[in-house]
Amino acid sequence: MIEYYVQSASSFAGDIDNLFLVITLIIGFWFFLVFGIFVYLMVRYRRKDGVKAKYITGEKHSETKWTHYPHYAVVAFDVVIIAINILVWVDIKQTLPPRDNLVRVIGQQWSWSFIHAGPDGELDTPDDVATVNDLHLKVGETYHYELQSRDVLHNFAVPAFRLRQDAVPGRTISGWFKPTKTGTFDLQCAEMCGYGHGIMGAAVTVHSEESFNATMAQIQKGSYESHYQKRMGTKTDLPSKTSHIGKEDSFAALLASIF
Amino acid sequence: MSQEAATVQTDIHEEHHEELNFLHKYILPTDHKIIAMQYIFTGMIMAIIGGYFAYAFRMQLAFPGELVPFYGLVGPGEYNMLVTNHGTIMIFWVAMPVLIAGFGNYIIPLMIGCDDMVFPRLNRLSYQIFLVSALVLILSFFVKGGGFGGAWTSYPPLSSAAEYSLTDWGSSLWVLAVALEFVSFLLGGINFITTTMNARAPGMKMMDIPIAVWFIVLAVILFMASVGPLIAGAVMLFMDQRIGTTFFLPSGGGDPLLWQHLFWFFGHPEVYVVLLPTLGIVADIITVFARKKLFGYRTVLYTAFATGGLSFVVWAHHQFIAGIDPRMANVFVVTTVLISIPLAEMMFSYIATLYGGSIEFKTPMLWALSFLAAFLIGGVTGIYLGASALDVYFHDSYFVLAHFHYTFFPITIIGMFAAITYWFPKMFGRMMNETLGKIHFWGTFIPFNCIFLPLFFLGLAGQHRRIYNYNHFPDLATQELQDIRVFATASLVVMLFFQLIFIYNFFVSMFKGEKAPNNPWKANSLEWSIPSPPPHGNFKTLPTVYRGPYEYSAPGRDLDYWPQNEPPEKS
Amino acid sequence: MSMRGPIATHRSATGIPTGRLGTWWLLASEIFIFGGLIACFILFKLNGTPGFEDASLTSVTAGAINTFVLLTSSLSVVLAHAAIEKGDREKSFKYIWYTIGFGLVFLIIKTYEYTGKIIHGHTITDNLFWSFYYTMTGLHALHVIGGMVIMALISFDIRKGYNFQRVELIGIYWHFVDLVWIFLFPLFYIANF
Repeated sequence: MIEYYVQSASSFAGDIDNLFLVITLIIGFWFFLVFGIFVYLMVRYRRKDGVKAKYITGEKHSETKWTHYPHYAVVAFDVVIIAINILVWVDIKQTLPPRDNLVRVIGQQWSWSFIHAGPDGELDTPDDVATVNDLHLKVGETYHYELQSRDVLHNFAVPAFRLRQDAVPGRTISGWFKPTKTGTFDLQCAEMCGYGHGIMGAAVTVHSEESFNATMAQIQKGSYESHYQKRMGTKTDLPSKTSHIGKEDSFAALLASIF
Repeated sequence: MSQEAATVQTDIHEEHHEELNFLHKYILPTDHKIIAMQYIFTGMIMAIIGGYFAYAFRMQLAFPGELVPFYGLVGPGEYNMLVTNHGTIMIFWVAMPVLIAGFGNYIIPLMIGCDDMVFPRLNRLSYQIFLVSALVLILSFFVKGGGFGGAWTSYPPLSSAAEYSLTDWGSSLWVLAVALEFVSFLLGGINFITTTMNARAPGMKMMDIPIAVWFIVLAVILFMASVGPLIAGAVMLFMDQRIGTTFFLPSGGGDPLLWQHLFWFFGHPEVYVVLLPTLGIVADIITVFARKKLFGYRTVLYTAFATGGLSFVVWAHHQFIAGIDPRMANVFVVTTVLISIPLAEMMFSYIATLYGGSIEFKTPMLWALSFLAAFLIGGVTGIYLGASALDVYFHDSYFVLAHFHYTFFPITIIGMFAAITYWFPKMFGRMMNETLGKIHFWGTFIPFNCIFLPLFFLGLAGQHRRIYNYNHFPDLATQELQDIRVFATASLVVMLFFQLIFIYNFFVSMFKGEKAPNNPWKANSLEWSIPSPPPHGNFKTLPTVYRGPYEYSAPGRDLDYWPQNEPPEKS
Repeated sequence: MSMRGPIATHRSATGIPTGRLGTWWLLASEIFIFGGLIACFILFKLNGTPGFEDASLTSVTAGAINTFVLLTSSLSVVLAHAAIEKGDREKSFKYIWYTIGFGLVFLIIKTYEYTGKIIHGHTITDNLFWSFYYTMTGLHALHVIGGMVIMALISFDIRKGYNFQRVELIGIYWHFVDLVWIFLFPLFYIANF
């Protein structure tokens, strides 16, 4: 169902989509069952003249079984959901498969910086490639990311990868993903980070081997056009930290008019 | 003296039935009924502000960058301020005052058969603190820099440093208002618990207390046990903002995640704090209008205990991807999904109550049943979010937003309307117009679903929250998704329009409605045994209770109800 | 003695007087506030946050004297309660004011300590340890001051002959304030765990 709206472009996107499907089936069953009974009871036992309601305490075993048996079934389904969920979770967040490549992701108010490890696969070496709001990845490689924040909480979210992770100032959070599809996808900041939270996006471009190398070379030469800028067209009206000051008067005046 | 006081019996009648002047009756009342009205009216005014904010930011989402009629331009800073304060107001200044403080104040003394709260002046004080807190919050919208815009969760460092939030005094006044509101509810809560424990009418055993009272008291206990650490946290946050300490700033050795733990340790029980009163009110309403005994009174009660207890050990499900140890997440997945066990049992009991009933679809009953239906959706979608691996995709997306609006909207708005339409005859001595009530019901319930069902699909599309303009995200700026946003906004406008009918009905019925008898719904609980509206001091003589509150359609009786204070016939 | 307030106040379905029950619930909620702060403090300490070794700079002597003063004041408030149970208003009045006096001594020593620390540059923003130190002892001192004010009000009430039960209630509250200090003292003065 998720795939109808968003492409699935990472190795674990399918697992999450399947988990979603399993839970949808389970709760869909329960929802329609309970809702059906609910509607049936409302219609069947609507008030009719001369018909008195039954007197049922719901304390006797013969009565409570009607709520207890479905209740045991709920427990059983819960166990299924927990089990499948933990399998997927352990795979995505708890284990770190061996890496092919490395990237450092730094969030700050209100942009993303990316430091690509370069050919040697290590960060903080001279061949690192730094970009702003543009993440370039090679398809089919397992990436590790080091997530940092310079100021407040941010969230490194790439819906197409089914990936979200908070960036916490003062910590470096590691994780992994493996892009499986070429193309350009949205990267969002999914944690409230202040005034410019609404414009804090970036572009994630997954390249084939050749295209990746070409892009990296372009960046190093300086003849590179930002994918993010291209995608945004003219829409990048980035507000500056001070541009809004003095704007609040219109708002205050309007609010004041209702009091 | 104290022993002496304990033995005082029901026959004291003294000076407090004298006529009070206007100031002492309405401005500085100690009568629980007047204080209840103050809470309810304050809550409703705040609901109008919260609704207006929702209108403004939904319009911005549907028509980004356009002037919003009756508001103006919504820029990114204002948008943040609007969503932040919409959430804050709706939870702390609408759900809690109306459902807990308002209806708690109104129905607890009436339902347990006593003349007032045990500490009437404490009660008045708690309302006054609450009023101050509401004024401080409103003030915070007008200070330089604008109102606080760091989301209702106010995660530091954003909320703790003006250089990040750009709302220097807005954030501080926000924290101050929230802390004052907590103090007010702590004081009010002490009153509720003590009243219910000590001032019950003679003969009213623990299992004769109406579920509505039980649940409000349980909610207050949950609140009391969860809010303490957050009050401490609020003090720390305020000091970070104003004095320059570094409790939550990593640069000074602090930890931003600490606030998240303190906040959600309170925040999750808080959901049940507002949920339980509505569940209690709904239990009372469905039994009255289905003429049925509540199915498994004890089961319902114990499941509420279990839910309340479990709610203290699930808080980290809000933080699965916040940087906590991923192994911890597994524990919280288990506890979170476990909550479905008592709550499912409770829902089954409510639905089983309808079996064999004689259901009359009066307005309060429509609200109560629609609560069950809507809350069912809210409940089952919670399972998705309790699963940590799905939270990797859904965290801070519109799926979360739709889910908790499917719980909070039924709790707050539907619960509020259910309670108001049910107790209106008792409160004002007049009946509400039934036809207008039903028009208002359908005009609210249908648009409500039209607003929030589509948002689940926006969530599936990966749309994240608190964004003032999705044009900055090409994958989300498609026509298909924009149509959904416009549809949701249009539904909101329709819903808000129908609220005018309610306001009209409310005020016209208050003054011109048909006079209400003592017991218009033929209900059992004690408040219906006295005149509508109840006089000062409530009961002429304190009632004696002979049975539980849900003895409807008892075999061998002609009447299908059996008031709690009606003496058993001697055989 | 006339009955004041609504009938509800004077009922007691649990057998516990309403005032005492209310006080217990008030203290229950206070426990969670102080408990939250203490838990945060301990978490930071266990995490080895830099600055927490400053606990050795606080004066154990001053802390110990203050502990002694507060414990004595608890005794005098108990004596005030015992006196009022026997109906001896003057004696109870006297003991309440002894308690207020001890509270004042506590605050004076506290002020002396604060001054010394601030002179040495250990202000509230120095590091997290001092932030916690001033926040928690400050919050505690506010409770001491609040208790003293309420005690003074009660002392005049009982002299006039009403609200005798409130001596017991303020006593319970005062014991709680004492108890909080018993937790704060080892955390800020002794502990180097």
